[in-house]
Amino acid sequence: MAAIQITNVEKRYKALRALDGVSLTIEEGEFFGLLGPNGAGKTTLISIIAGLNRADAGTVTVNGYDVVNQYREARSRLGVVPQELVFDPFFTVRETLRMQSGYFGVKNNDAWIDEVMHHLDLTNKADTNMRALSGGMKRRVLVAQALVHKPPVIVLDEPTAGVDVELRQTLWKFVARLNREGHTVVLTTHYLEEAQALCNRIAMLKGGKVVALDSTQALIRRISGSQLIVELASGSLPEKLKSLVSHPEELAGGNKFTLRVNEYPEVEEILRAIRENGATITDMNLKQADLEDVFLQIMEGEK
Amino acid sequence: MIGFQTLLYKEVLRFWKVSAQTITAPILTAILYLVIFGHALEDRVQVYPGVSYVAFLVPGLVMMSVLQNAFANSSSSLIQSKITGNLVFILLPPLSHWEMLGAYVLAATVRGLAVGTGVLVVTVWFAKMSAVAPWWILIFSFAGAAIMGTLGLIVGIWAEKFDQLATAQNFIIMPATFLSGVFYSIHSLPGFWKAVSHFNPLFYMIDGFRYGFFGQSDVDPLQSFAVVAAFFIILMTLALRMLKSGYKLRH
Repeated sequence: MAAIQITNVEKRYKALRALDGVSLTIEEGEFFGLLGPNGAGKTTLISIIAGLNRADAGTVTVNGYDVVNQYREARSRLGVVPQELVFDPFFTVRETLRMQSGYFGVKNNDAWIDEVMHHLDLTNKADTNMRALSGGMKRRVLVAQALVHKPPVIVLDEPTAGVDVELRQTLWKFVARLNREGHTVVLTTHYLEEAQALCNRIAMLKGGKVVALDSTQALIRRISGSQLIVELASGSLPEKLKSLVSHPEELAGGNKFTLRVNEYPEVEEILRAIRENGATITDMNLKQADLEDVFLQIMEGEK
Repeated sequence: MIGFQTLLYKEVLRFWKVSAQTITAPILTAILYLVIFGHALEDRVQVYPGVSYVAFLVPGLVMMSVLQNAFANSSSSLIQSKITGNLVFILLPPLSHWEMLGAYVLAATVRGLAVGTGVLVVTVWFAKMSAVAPWWILIFSFAGAAIMGTLGLIVGIWAEKFDQLATAQNFIIMPATFLSGVFYSIHSLPGFWKAVSHFNPLFYMIDGFRYGFFGQSDVDPLQSFAVVAAFFIILMTLALRMLKSGYKLRH
């Protein structure tokens, strides 16, 4: 059974089509990335999954339960880390986590709360009032609140926006562990290297539509090969290499060229051609295609 | 049920942690009303035979405190959670509509009754009081607190800004409480205002509550109870429909 099944979901805000017929299936145990520029509809989609927003059309199920008609079953299987840094200033970290457990119907949850706090480095802040925590610490509590009921499906909406390296590493270590233990993880982020490192499958949203959906590896393979960047001290680029230049403006003048390379032996051929042309190389760099290249290409609508 | 219990506990803890503001302050206000109005009007107003004006005023002030504080609790809790965004912690879990309604209303009732009890304990020494029908005292105080807690929930869901809540409080709740017979019997009003008072549900709550002390009231307590019960059912139905539809909570 799918962890999350999204079928033809539409959502309008007056004239704006925030979601325009989105369909996605996220299988159990996946680490799924939901990427897209600001305003693409990521947070709207997550809000509909979480029951915070209602779709105008279409259906969403969590572990087979409809998020509107079977909202209690659906929500008890879902843990959501909201994007906004919100907290209740009346309570301490432990009180906050105990109450969140209670809302999910979990009593006497201290053992698990302690474990979650330990993994998120929150233990020495347990009895601190929420108001007194730094932004990064509040973000950790938000993550902990989403996990108090051990949800099989975890949704993180830009959990690392504006947080330091330490928290990012702590967080990803813990979330990756939960994923290995069988939890499905859905992630939105603007840090594409994070998505590339963590997600096994990725959907890209643009203007409320899914514009790409594939495994992370397959998406990266869409950008054929790598790029060889060479800077020439003297001489010019051989005529036969000009067709490999990725950025046509480089041919207009200058001595730096970005060349498409599909396989490594081609590098040797390019270097030989340059040498035979009487040019000398002062700098050289081989760059692997990454998710960012794919993202930019898809978002710019290029092939 | 655990969800309901937890939300109730959280709502009670929320006002209890700032009890100087949520309990002590309204008790002090009620004492000031009693001292000032009681002193100024003691010799001028006689409402029921054998009942001094201060004695008449005590149940009115108790009930006014119950009603205002029950309303303030649910409405301010909701608007604060909405504006700070932490309402999301209540909206994400699998709490049913009944659990949300029940927890907010019951917490508001607890706050209303806590303040009311405090006012009674402090003011009862100012006059010779009786309690001829204690059941009516209990019924009207519980019902009044629950009704105003429900109304507070409705207004809290509807309001998007603090000033909208303040508008409801200043232009509906305050006039309705002051014109409900806290400080006078509606029999002393001119015909028109007397008729208008009969459309004010708060009048029946205070009148019925006062009957419990003196065995005398402006209308029959059974009639008051019928009006109060009908008003309660209407508000509960409205609040439940708002929660079910996600009105202003789930967009």
